[in-house]
Amino acid sequence: MSDNSNNNAYWSANMRIIVVSLIIWALVSFGFGILLRPMLSGIAVGGTDLGFWFAQQGSILVFLAIIFFYAWRMNRLDREHGVDEE
Amino acid sequence: MDQFTINLLFVGGSFALYIGIAIWARAGSTSEFYAAGRGVHPVTNGMATAADWMSAASFISMAGLIAFTGYDNSSFLMGWTGGYVLLALLLAPYLRKFGKFTVSEFIGDRFYSQTARIVAVVCLIVASTTYVIGQMTGVGVAFGRFLEVSNTAGLLIGACVVFAYAVFGGMKGVTYTQVAQYVVLITAYTIPAIFISLQLTGNAIPALGLFGNDVASGEPLLAKLNQVVTELGFNSYTAHHSDTFNMVLFTLSLMIGTAGLPHVIMRFFTVPKVSDARWSAGWALVFIALLYLTAPAVGAMARLNITEMMWPNGGINNGAVTLEQIDNDKRYDWMETWQKTGLLNWEDKNHDGKIQYYNDKNADMQAVAEEKGWVGNELTKFNRDILVLANPEIANLPSWVIGLVAAGGLAAALSTAAGLLLAISSAVSHDLIKGAINPGISERGELLSARIAMAVAIMVATYLGLNPPGFAAQTVALAFGLAAASIFPALMMGIFSTRINNTGAVAGMLAGLVVTLVYIFLHKGWFFIPGTNSFTDADPLLGPVKSTSFGAIGAAINFTVAYIVAGMTKETPQAIKDLVASVRIPRGAGVAQDH
Repeated sequence: MSDNSNNNAYWSANMRIIVVSLIIWALVSFGFGILLRPMLSGIAVGGTDLGFWFAQQGSILVFLAIIFFYAWRMNRLDREHGVDEE
Repeated sequence: MDQFTINLLFVGGSFALYIGIAIWARAGSTSEFYAAGRGVHPVTNGMATAADWMSAASFISMAGLIAFTGYDNSSFLMGWTGGYVLLALLLAPYLRKFGKFTVSEFIGDRFYSQTARIVAVVCLIVASTTYVIGQMTGVGVAFGRFLEVSNTAGLLIGACVVFAYAVFGGMKGVTYTQVAQYVVLITAYTIPAIFISLQLTGNAIPALGLFGNDVASGEPLLAKLNQVVTELGFNSYTAHHSDTFNMVLFTLSLMIGTAGLPHVIMRFFTVPKVSDARWSAGWALVFIALLYLTAPAVGAMARLNITEMMWPNGGINNGAVTLEQIDNDKRYDWMETWQKTGLLNWEDKNHDGKIQYYNDKNADMQAVAEEKGWVGNELTKFNRDILVLANPEIANLPSWVIGLVAAGGLAAALSTAAGLLLAISSAVSHDLIKGAINPGISERGELLSARIAMAVAIMVATYLGLNPPGFAAQTVALAFGLAAASIFPALMMGIFSTRINNTGAVAGMLAGLVVTLVYIFLHKGWFFIPGTNSFTDADPLLGPVKSTSFGAIGAAINFTVAYIVAGMTKETPQAIKDLVASVRIPRGAGVAQDH
């Protein structure tokens, strides 16, 4: 059924966007904010280092960017696959 | 006018506003009671979600925990915002498409099982009640201070106010009231922060001031703070001292828990369209971020102010604050007002007429203390939950700012408590009584049982709030662990996997909930009753894993058990696979239906 294969294509495109978004999500928080902080300690930001900034502010800003990107991208994907709400 | 009258005016005025809105938009039918007729714009919904979400934990407690620990408590900041990414990407649009009123309805339908629905209700009640305990802790601190009574009296008064307020209206009243509450709480949080940031760094934006220079010394603020606190034997503010593995687990637990809390998820049932549900999560985070980007600045700046206040002559070698100064200097009045609540105290242990504040657990410091004739830290009690509320007084800000912060703190606690009580009452009346025990119940009977459930929940929470398992934010963190271990995995598997069947989901939820609950009770006491614990978070059962961080492990257990059990039992029927397929695409999302 072509309807079915369209829905499957829509879903796998969605999954790809989710996976990439979640990789960035984990990278800025668990990565830059915690685990990779020692590697970023050379980059000074206002009396401390970049990892501290990511842990207390940077990650939050990136989270915002991810959610708005996802909303924008998915609403476009809905239309491309003709599954948006009329 | 004295400070007490000003506080009453601000608190009373803001309450009158919320109650006025609640009456104006009073819920009529059941469907309005739960989901406000679905006519809420994404930006409005985002603002209401933000108010609902930012509780006593975020407003009253979090900056204090960051202030006294520094970098290590960044988990709260990342955890409580990062969860919105999970919510927006993994849950919100699909649950909106599904188009029912409650989280447990989704679980019951998707896993075609009344048992699954009831288990979900139980998970939801356990997590929400724990959450309300944390709120009551914050309410007790706030009312205690502003009515100038003890913490316990404050808690009891607060419980009555929360109950009267939540019983008034359902979601519709709550939605518009919460918009008003958001405005009050964000103004109350940022205005003192702006004042203090200007005083210390000359930068009007606290989030930037945090990384700016201290005006007095010309050094970066955080470098100055590190120097001031390490001189007293405390850990440096910006360095990492805690266990890395525990920090990762704790952050992850808070994130998953955020996406598993029913009162936040319910918000996404109230937007008109699936595409709006996606935007709504973003708008909610915008409004939340305004506070969360300010909070670390509030924490760091307050820590610097307090430390300098205790050592007003420029550091450890130039003499501590004297008892005479505390008694007579107007800048120290806040210490005396907070002492009345029992949450702040000091004692001149060595009788030198001065109060020495330092880390008496630090070996190097003990040597210094001996040389100087100190016999221990004399600022004997500083409850972390008072920091934000005391902050404007500490920084000597005008009295209207202090009144505003009082109103804001109460708005935060009240709005979340109301949202949670609504989630609990709808779980009991809609899912448990109407859905399982007595399907023929009248609409009137359903509303009545909803209100009785609210009353019981608040009584339990108040009783436990008298001896809370931790500071407000820590108790709330436990609630997140429970939500992470039980609700979130079930919802996610329900959408992203057709393989998980009824038995798998039930087994997974039960395993996640029970294991996490037992782990928490082992560390915090059975049913949070003090003294019944076998372990402490200072020396946890499993290596570095504290009870507040266990939620992520609970979630992993939930996923694993569900997959194994589903693999051994009968496959999901075709009708349910079709349901999952329809939830995945936005087309055809109508208005939500009752059943």
